[in-house]
Amino acid sequence: MRRGITATALVAALALAATACGSDDETGGSKSSGELSGTVTWWDTSNVGSEDKVFKKIAEGFEKKHPKVDVKYVSVPFGEAQNKFKNAAQAGSGAPDVIRSEVAWTPDFANLGYLAPLDGTSALKDEKDFLAQAAASTKYDGKTYAVPQVIDSMGVFYNKKIFKEAGVEPPATIADLKAVSKKIKDKTGKTGLYLRGDDPYYFLSFLYGEGGDLVNAKDKAVTVDSPEGVKAFKVVKDLVDSGTAKTDATDGWENMMQSFKNGDVAMMINGPWAVGDTLTGKEFTDKANLGISTVPAGSAAQGAPQGGHNLAVYAGSKNLDASYAFVEYMTSVESQAQTAGELNLLPTRTSVYSKQEAADSEIVQFFKPVVETAVERPWIPEAGSLFAPLGTEYTKVLTGQTTPEKGAKATGDSYRKLLEGWK
Amino acid sequence: MAVHTSQSVAKAAGDDVARGRSRGTGNPPPPSRLRRALSVHWYAWTMVAPVVIVIGVIIGYPLFRGLWLSLTNADERNVARSIGVNEIPATYEFVGVDNYVDALTGGQFLSTLGWTLVWTVSCVGVTFCLGMALANILNRKIAGRSAYRMALILPWAIPGFVSVFAWRFLYNEDRGLLNKLLTGSGFDGIPWLNDPTWAKFSVIAVNVWLGVPFIMVALLGGLQSIPSEQYEAAEMDGATAWQRFRHVTLPGLRPVSTTVILLSTIWTFNMFPVIFLLTRGGPGEATQILVTQAYKFSFEISPRDFAQSSTWGVLILVLLMLFAVVYRRVLRTQGDNW
Repeated sequence: MRRGITATALVAALALAATACGSDDETGGSKSSGELSGTVTWWDTSNVGSEDKVFKKIAEGFEKKHPKVDVKYVSVPFGEAQNKFKNAAQAGSGAPDVIRSEVAWTPDFANLGYLAPLDGTSALKDEKDFLAQAAASTKYDGKTYAVPQVIDSMGVFYNKKIFKEAGVEPPATIADLKAVSKKIKDKTGKTGLYLRGDDPYYFLSFLYGEGGDLVNAKDKAVTVDSPEGVKAFKVVKDLVDSGTAKTDATDGWENMMQSFKNGDVAMMINGPWAVGDTLTGKEFTDKANLGISTVPAGSAAQGAPQGGHNLAVYAGSKNLDASYAFVEYMTSVESQAQTAGELNLLPTRTSVYSKQEAADSEIVQFFKPVVETAVERPWIPEAGSLFAPLGTEYTKVLTGQTTPEKGAKATGDSYRKLLEGWK
Repeated sequence: MAVHTSQSVAKAAGDDVARGRSRGTGNPPPPSRLRRALSVHWYAWTMVAPVVIVIGVIIGYPLFRGLWLSLTNADERNVARSIGVNEIPATYEFVGVDNYVDALTGGQFLSTLGWTLVWTVSCVGVTFCLGMALANILNRKIAGRSAYRMALILPWAIPGFVSVFAWRFLYNEDRGLLNKLLTGSGFDGIPWLNDPTWAKFSVIAVNVWLGVPFIMVALLGGLQSIPSEQYEAAEMDGATAWQRFRHVTLPGLRPVSTTVILLSTIWTFNMFPVIFLLTRGGPGEATQILVTQAYKFSFEISPRDFAQSSTWGVLILVLLMLFAVVYRRVLRTQGDNW
């Protein structure tokens, strides 16, 4: 009798395991008589609580145009999306049809074979209309693997009220930044700048300011450990040590946004993606209190990185046609005008800038010239891999675990390991 | 039905053995031990076969695959993957023990191992002492004893990630409760997770907080099994409280505490969630232990380095096995037999 039970339990367990292994396949859509149908799953990485609402609304608008298509909107935190997509795409199950891919991720995904080439599909419409800078990150190995959705760069966000109280103007150089912060500290007791210490993306404008860069793709050379790079590490270290800026090694985004929104710090370096969230803060119930200016210039130059997001289609999607149409819809003039108007995000289509929504947005108008002169990153598959080693060393430098010289050198060494044959 | 079959089989097998023995000379040489074991116990072997197969699949396969990957140069770009209709075959190659040589001669593995050892020893040491103290306190008759016991088990009852996240909020430098309390009472705030040394302290503190209940409950059980006659006899002989603890309680707890220390050492050595959720190994790499670094190789860097990650995994396994063997041997020479 007991053995009978064991045998039954075993069969049950095996059956259970078998069901667990079975994948939950999405019903693929067919395009009978030219009408799109089926499900399109979209992983959005926009900021939760501000941007995501608008994107969800727009995404669901696709169902109105194509009633037989079911759009599944999934909000994935930006910090996790790259890994999650890689896991799902490599395993061959659970990946979305469309992903909002950060510009540096796109060549990496394309190189791994996860993305469907979009040349000649309905996803790319009026290709000439896209800003050349935005389109650059979507190309890999002669093919187009994504469609640019938004473009961005960085600037200094400042609290006009605090600036008025302290009687200062937005800083134009690093030296100004230090003087302004000191004045703010003396007059109001508040810290001048919040500098993210856990994300090296926020370090780039200082690196460019000293005339440095991560790598030089044209000469196949690693440049982060050049004298300019070392100098940039010294600059940020000095900002933190002198009390000009405060920083954190964990929870940087959350701490930065809270400090700025509550008026604990007067400035932060950030991009258009942060505007929606900033305006929910108690200091910015009056939207006019938010001031934006260009990032401070270093000793050699003034520059901010060019970033943005693309929409890419997963090569293993079971519903490619509807996915192409969805990408086209999300990057259309109408959709981009709506995000420019409601979220102050920068369109990637030239024609959208002449629309009323974009013209009315001060932030879009401010960032437009900034983006045009922003520093373009090399669109190589390793572009996204450059941040992990830099981030480790950047945090180490800021927390005093290593010197700027050693930090720059360690970053350069790991780049040379990553980029075989580079100088 | 199953019962019926088993009986007849056992009987038949028994008969066979009996007959074989009774006949003796003139027969071919007796079958080998293995064969006889198979012929006698074939039914038992068939019954355990499913379990052996399942264990083989869920433990053996990953283990051997990990071992194999650690001898190759597999990374994200050269492993097999299938994307929709495209099948991309694997192109990684066997590289022998290169990965092990790199890991053991490079500075990263050894420095991470150093901190992992500090982390393990201090976590287990502090946790064990605190657990021992609390168990002794709660073993006495004090008012509200069961309420205290409940409260002290609480950290164990909450899912680990929930309590670690709660700690992360407490540790926040600007908005965390701990620093608000400190600044409120006139001290400077402490950069709990932002300063490398404080971060090390913070992760150990959280792990101690999580680990104390287990040790306390286990030792409490051990304490209650020490016969009270021993204490009475010691008291009669005029032993002080400390002498009673040293010569009655500690030896009485020995069987429990050796097991508890072995278990918590292995758990702490591989305590992924506390480090990963609290600091992600940061600031920089200050709190990175071996498992979190192996995870980083495999899932966080790009291209993902499966070979190096497996190498570290195998090295962790070897280290823990060595520890268990040495620990057992030491205990055996001291007279324990388990």
